Amino acid sequence: MFFKKSKALSITVFMLILMLIFVGCSQPQEAAAPEAPAEETVSEENTTPEIENKTLLLSTTTSTENSGLLDAILPVFTRDTGIEVMVVAVGTGQALQMGRDGDADVLLVHAKASEEDFVAEGHGIERFEVMYNDFVLLGPLDDPADVAANAPNDILEALKLVYENEANFVSRGDDSGTHKMELSLWDELDLAPSGSWYAEAGQSMGAVLQMTDELLGYTLTDRATYLSMRTDLDLKIVTEGDNKLFNQYGIIAVNPDKNDKINAPAADLFIQWMLSDKGQQLIGEFGKDTFGDSLFIPNAK
Amino acid sequence: MEAILDGFKKAIELLFSLDAEIYHIILLSIFVSLASTLISTLFAVPIGIIVGTKNFPLKRLVVRFIYTMMSLPPVIVGLVVFLFIARRGPFGYLGIVFTPTAMIIAQIILVTPIITGIVYNGTKEKGEEIKRLAKTLGANRLETLFLLIKELRINIFTGIVSGYGRAISEVGAVMIVGGNIRGHTRVMTTAIAMLRNQGDYAMAIAIGLVLLFLSFIINSLLYNFQQGD
Repeated sequence: MFFKKSKALSITVFMLILMLIFVGCSQPQEAAAPEAPAEETVSEENTTPEIENKTLLLSTTTSTENSGLLDAILPVFTRDTGIEVMVVAVGTGQALQMGRDGDADVLLVHAKASEEDFVAEGHGIERFEVMYNDFVLLGPLDDPADVAANAPNDILEALKLVYENEANFVSRGDDSGTHKMELSLWDELDLAPSGSWYAEAGQSMGAVLQMTDELLGYTLTDRATYLSMRTDLDLKIVTEGDNKLFNQYGIIAVNPDKNDKINAPAADLFIQWMLSDKGQQLIGEFGKDTFGDSLFIPNAK
Repeated sequence: MEAILDGFKKAIELLFSLDAEIYHIILLSIFVSLASTLISTLFAVPIGIIVGTKNFPLKRLVVRFIYTMMSLPPVIVGLVVFLFIARRGPFGYLGIVFTPTAMIIAQIILVTPIITGIVYNGTKEKGEEIKRLAKTLGANRLETLFLLIKELRINIFTGIVSGYGRAISEVGAVMIVGGNIRGHTRVMTTAIAMLRNQGDYAMAIAIGLVLLFLSFIINSLLYNFQQGD
């Protein structure tokens, strides 16, 4: 009995020591922190800012990462500026949440209304439009709801056909930009899809395409993810080219007032670079050699 | 810190809310894990006892195989089961992909080696003694097996609890074969993974606490049952 007690005691002591070490380690950083804003103001006054912190945390959606766009353009940005970009690829919902929590420096996302709210609430400085891609409706090769024949470029009519035929439909169901786009379309139709034909997956675009292929159903996807996976899928585009299917990406620097770890100068530089002729050209060229077409169309103003 | 406190508050609200979706998620988690643990037990206990008491060629290899399978990563099990039951796979005609049945099958593969390994360990230590006792009592083979199960009940119980713990807490396999479809195959672990992706940390913590609480209740029930025996 005594032995057991002493064992428990030594574990407690060990944990306490461990905690002390952590507390000890974090103190120097906190002590150094107040100096950081002062340096930033100095650098802002320069015409060519010297940026102290050479890492930038970019929170973005899985579509930009999965399509390979970031792998193609970020190394060029690093070469131009010496800033390393760390990418966290999550759903638009979480990307915005990371911004709200001050866990990212800059956001590249696609859900215009939520992005505008984000800026209006003071979490971000300003939203710039960077590029767009488009959504397409995919369906099984035999197209049981006859969408391709009746609504090749009318997305509302297409979804209505799926609804009326109760053809299998897989929804992202994950609060992502793509999911929000889908919901707004059902809203516009005044339909509330439910039932065993309507599966809400709560997963990434890649997983949803795989699931749609398994269930031989319909789904709404961004063109980039579809093109990168199409050889493995028994699915085809049944509806495309509707104005409602355009998907605008915005870039927002997180408000540096949130905490002193936010790298505002690098975020500004990254935004300027993405909107510059060079950045826009790189975006437009991406995908041409692999897919024969641009996956993202640059449209910075 | 705020998210964690918020999570605690939401967890309590969740447990007392009568939100049908949450209860469906909780009940499906329990159902899938209990079903897979029970079916696994039916296979695992006899196999563990037989391997523990009998000598046969390649026994060491079989034991090593069981031990390796005990630490099988759930995502790999999920992937392999998925490839078998997918539309293009050999069992695609069954049409069970993205159903609770598929989730139970994947978990049986995960849980069976765990229970087998633990029962084997107990049998290896005490099996000979119990068999000798059975012999002196003049028991036949079936009675010997029952005596073994009775005497090894602590090991079997430990195996079942460990197996159940593995089943209810794993996310990799059920995510792949179940697909996390709302109201159909969404369980607590896949819901947590999804909520994290959506940045809804409070809700994720809330479901995590419910998961922990349920594990505590079920372990306590099994433990009491064992003590009262």
